[in-house]
Amino acid sequence: MTAIGLRGVSVSLDGRPVLHDLTLSVPSGARLGLIGPNGSGKTTLLRAIAGLVRHRGEIRVGDAVPGRSSRKELARRIALVPQNPVVPAGITVADYVLMGRTPYIPYFGTEGRHDLETVTSVLERLDLAGFAERRLDSLSGGERQRAVLARALAQQAPVLLLDEPTTGLDVGHQQQVLELVDSLRATWDLTVVSAMHDLTLAGQFADELVLLDAGRVAAAGPARSVLTERVIRQHYHASVRVLEDPAGELVVVPVRPARQPASSEVAR
Amino acid sequence: MRRRYLPGLLTEQREGRAPPAAPGLRPPGLRAGLLVAACLCLVAAALLAVLVGPVRLPPGGVVAELADRLPLVRVGSGLPDREAAILWQLRLPRVVLGGLVGAMLALAGAAYQGVFRNPLADPYLLGAAAGAGLGATLAIAYGPDTSSWPVGPLPLAAFAGAIVGVVSAYALGRAGGGRTTATLVLAGVAVTSFLTAVQTYVQQREAETLREVYGWILGRLTTAGWNDVVLILPYVAVSSAVIVAHRRLLDVLAVGDDEAGSLGVRAARVRLVVVAAASLGTAAAVAVSGLIAFVGIIVPHTIRLLAGSSYRLVVPLCLLLGAAFLILADLVARTVMAPAELPIGVITAFFGAPFFAVVLRTSRRTP
Repeated sequence: MTAIGLRGVSVSLDGRPVLHDLTLSVPSGARLGLIGPNGSGKTTLLRAIAGLVRHRGEIRVGDAVPGRSSRKELARRIALVPQNPVVPAGITVADYVLMGRTPYIPYFGTEGRHDLETVTSVLERLDLAGFAERRLDSLSGGERQRAVLARALAQQAPVLLLDEPTTGLDVGHQQQVLELVDSLRATWDLTVVSAMHDLTLAGQFADELVLLDAGRVAAAGPARSVLTERVIRQHYHASVRVLEDPAGELVVVPVRPARQPASSEVAR
Repeated sequence: MRRRYLPGLLTEQREGRAPPAAPGLRPPGLRAGLLVAACLCLVAAALLAVLVGPVRLPPGGVVAELADRLPLVRVGSGLPDREAAILWQLRLPRVVLGGLVGAMLALAGAAYQGVFRNPLADPYLLGAAAGAGLGATLAIAYGPDTSSWPVGPLPLAAFAGAIVGVVSAYALGRAGGGRTTATLVLAGVAVTSFLTAVQTYVQQREAETLREVYGWILGRLTTAGWNDVVLILPYVAVSSAVIVAHRRLLDVLAVGDDEAGSLGVRAARVRLVVVAAASLGTAAAVAVSGLIAFVGIIVPHTIRLLAGSSYRLVVPLCLLLGAAFLILADLVARTVMAPAELPIGVITAFFGAPFFAVVLRTSRRTP
């Protein structure tokens, strides 16, 4: 069953075309990694799926249609974790996560028992119960990212969009957050689309990768077919080695092209 | 497939372990104690303002007189006729008017700060003050002599001017292509400058109006009996009700239009509704009281520093404490140089600013 379907989707921002005629289909329960150089349209694609930018073409998320379904309807189907979430001054973790229940609360209403129970269980699941009364702006980067994730999960949306979920985290916390997302996906049967910078992690935590370049799908498929030295050189203009570790996973490491002797003289 | 995931989790947790233990998780809101304290503040301020004046009224008598008017209470009037008249015709209308204006300005200030996500926003941000100023100046300079009218042209002109100011700023901000708050705020700056220029021009041409216009701009509460109260009550009531009803959504707007959108809230529409309500209320307040500065900034921020930043706290507390603050400021304004009156705007800033500075220094919360 298709969770997210795009057909001929184009997006322009301020008259500048950003996405060109994208066609994609993400099956329910899949883990899709969205990779591509800076400015290739990853964030815009996520925003288009969430219905936050105008698009041409057809997008379907379950039976909701971004751009046509109500904002509330979309927010119950799609949760988006932005790359740089706004942290309101003084807000507690509990209140922040409770905000994830917004799409279920009537316009003039307030949170009911069910909303509070949902948030309590999400906080528990993400080991945030002890932080509930702490201020969000007093948390470390890893804890804060968990809180942002908790807000998205409180939306109880079957589709979770993550925009660079590991930005600003050290390697240990990057792994923790991605492992957490993965186990949550399994528990709640989520469809996860994440935009990723780190190609090794992208390969490890996604079943399928889509490489965007200049707003077009440049390559798509399992990690092994997308993460090749040739493809990465062509689209990222980067020199990398793609190695295989003993466990059979791909590792993408940057290498420094051979330098001219003259420059090393200067450096010394 | 829609609801498969979370119910499973919930039952799993209920059966597996003790019930979820984030103890007392509850939506942000006003604790009963705080609400009661704020109500007491308001009642105390109002009572004090009713008692103090050129003629001192006896507290017991006033309370009895007021209680006697309640339905089902018969305690007999506590005051002689003359003092009862002072209470009902002079003191009480002025206190009620001060309360309405203070509540409205504080509430509108909080609302503007919320929808613009700008701590410096005040109710006059979008040109309400400049528009009202121009309207008032025109009425003072060219208005007909209307001493026999129930409502003078000044409040009507100020009200209309404030509405014109805000509507032009909003139209300009939207036409500028931007849906961002910055465009709106800048449009407000443009409208304010233009209207102020026109107002200054009129004022200079009609120099004899200078004193009256100046007095109006500094703000003052009138002693026109219940007329002004009746005049603004409907606007203040509707405007406050709308803002109070949007307090939860104001909290959601704090994460920005984009994230609010991904949470299912149409930020631009909420902003339009709240700005419309706040501006309508501000226009009404300005119409009867002139430009009382500072209340719309200082009251919401003091509340944030003392109680917390959720609008579910800030909005109701602004209503109560804004009223109490302006009632006290007016009390000082009319007693400190009695029988002359100081403009109330001077008092709000003179006492408000140092008080705010102290709160700012001592509070560990962020505004």
